[in-house]
Amino acid sequence: MAATDRLTGVTHPASVLSPATLLRAAIILGVLAIWEFLSHSGWLYRDVVPSLLAIGHALFDLLSHGEYYFNLGVTAAEVGFALLVGGGAGVVVGIVLGANRFLSKAFEPYLYYLGPTPKIIFFPIMIMYFGVGPESKVALGTLSCFFPVALSVAAGMRQIDQVLIRVGHSFRANTWQMVTKIYLPAMRHPIINGVRLGLGVALIGVLLAETKLSNKGIGYLIIQAYSIFDMPRMYAMLIVLFVLAIGANALVGRLGGLHAIKRT
Amino acid sequence: MSAAVARRSGSYMPQAVGIGSLVAFFLGMELLVQTGLVNRFIVPPPSEIIGSFGRVIVEEHVFSRFLQTLTECLTAGVMLTVFGVAGGVLMNRFKLLQQACETWVAAMASAPIVLMYPLFMVIFGRSAWTIIMMGFVSALPPVILKTIEGISGTRKVLINVGRSFNLTPSQQFWKILFPAALPTIFVGIRLGLIFALINVVGVEFLINYGGLGQLINDLAERYDLAGTYAAICFVILVSVLFFIVLEKVERWLRPID
Repeated sequence: MAATDRLTGVTHPASVLSPATLLRAAIILGVLAIWEFLSHSGWLYRDVVPSLLAIGHALFDLLSHGEYYFNLGVTAAEVGFALLVGGGAGVVVGIVLGANRFLSKAFEPYLYYLGPTPKIIFFPIMIMYFGVGPESKVALGTLSCFFPVALSVAAGMRQIDQVLIRVGHSFRANTWQMVTKIYLPAMRHPIINGVRLGLGVALIGVLLAETKLSNKGIGYLIIQAYSIFDMPRMYAMLIVLFVLAIGANALVGRLGGLHAIKRT
Repeated sequence: MSAAVARRSGSYMPQAVGIGSLVAFFLGMELLVQTGLVNRFIVPPPSEIIGSFGRVIVEEHVFSRFLQTLTECLTAGVMLTVFGVAGGVLMNRFKLLQQACETWVAAMASAPIVLMYPLFMVIFGRSAWTIIMMGFVSALPPVILKTIEGISGTRKVLINVGRSFNLTPSQQFWKILFPAALPTIFVGIRLGLIFALINVVGVEFLINYGGLGQLINDLAERYDLAGTYAAICFVILVSVLFFIVLEKVERWLRPID
């Protein structure tokens, strides 16, 4: 089925230049033209809307320096650790809460209501616990991504087909086997969805913490660009960051087959 | 009868265990701090945090700060409702626009928009408008997406009723499509308001300006640990109450469910 879709996508050149694609191109060109006009008009503060050439130059400058990749690596490592610890804890807690109705009723409301609270306010506490280095950023990212993963896994656990669970029991699977052979494979989509949400909030948590207090990472570079009023560089960094974040989100969704779910 | 009473009393058990665990956690923490096993200059004893609530509320003008945060959040909410719903309606009305832009809006929902706050500070200055605009822009995608979902999910039979009454497109929208989509639109507005609150408090904290977010930053910078914890508890309490109120309003709008 997927192969057929891919084929149809390739064999229809008309779809490449569909009206929607043309409109997209027109919107992009229109926005770029208005941007360039505004940058030269003098109507707005100087440098708030830098010319496209300046942004392009800053983008090239940014991507051709090793410093950026070092800071990108620091942020990626912080987000990766946060996702590993927070996501791992979220999966375990989600499985426990999803499997046990009593525990779910006792503790899930706390997770449900604490989940959407602004996590950045915990940053002063994280600094006290873990210092001003990358550890406090990892801790904030961990805290941020724990809640969506735990809630998504708990909900996914309750949606598992009871037949699968009975099959596991009839094979006399122990708890570990039930988790690895039945629960986790059956909950692949809710877990990936939770990880996708967790990745987004962990990224935001880590980056915001970096903008508040750090000496390395992409958040630090952004706030540094702000403090020296280097607007083209800030725009360039935001563009790269958005592309990376949206790409990572789409990639996790695609790897988990969420794309296929939506299509069916 | 007795079975019903037993069931009812049994249904309170999980909540009792939840609250009991929370109380046990705080008591355990108090014990650990008082015995010196946990450094009280990193984790203040819970009794001290509870004691500092009154001080923080009176001396730090929590109520006026709360009103400030709420005003910023509601201003962003009004803008969200107006622009988000209008954007969703517009995209639903012009299908080509929807085909062209819906993916972008969905992509924006997964982008860390709040990272644009230094840019907004340059544009709007270190003012309430930076906070409001940040809350507004970050929370816009879910409102647009849910509005599209709500309108395009209107039951066919309702649309046919409108057609059989020979309604004009404007009447069809105001009498059929919009009322039918309202519950879903409100889901989007609720999500948007939650995002707005998160971002408003977050940006207040980051730029050290405004209401409750700034309070936490202020207290942390003064190294008033008990006060910082109390202020964080207060923000959590306010956020949770905000979510509960929004949920109640949403349920009220969805009487069928």
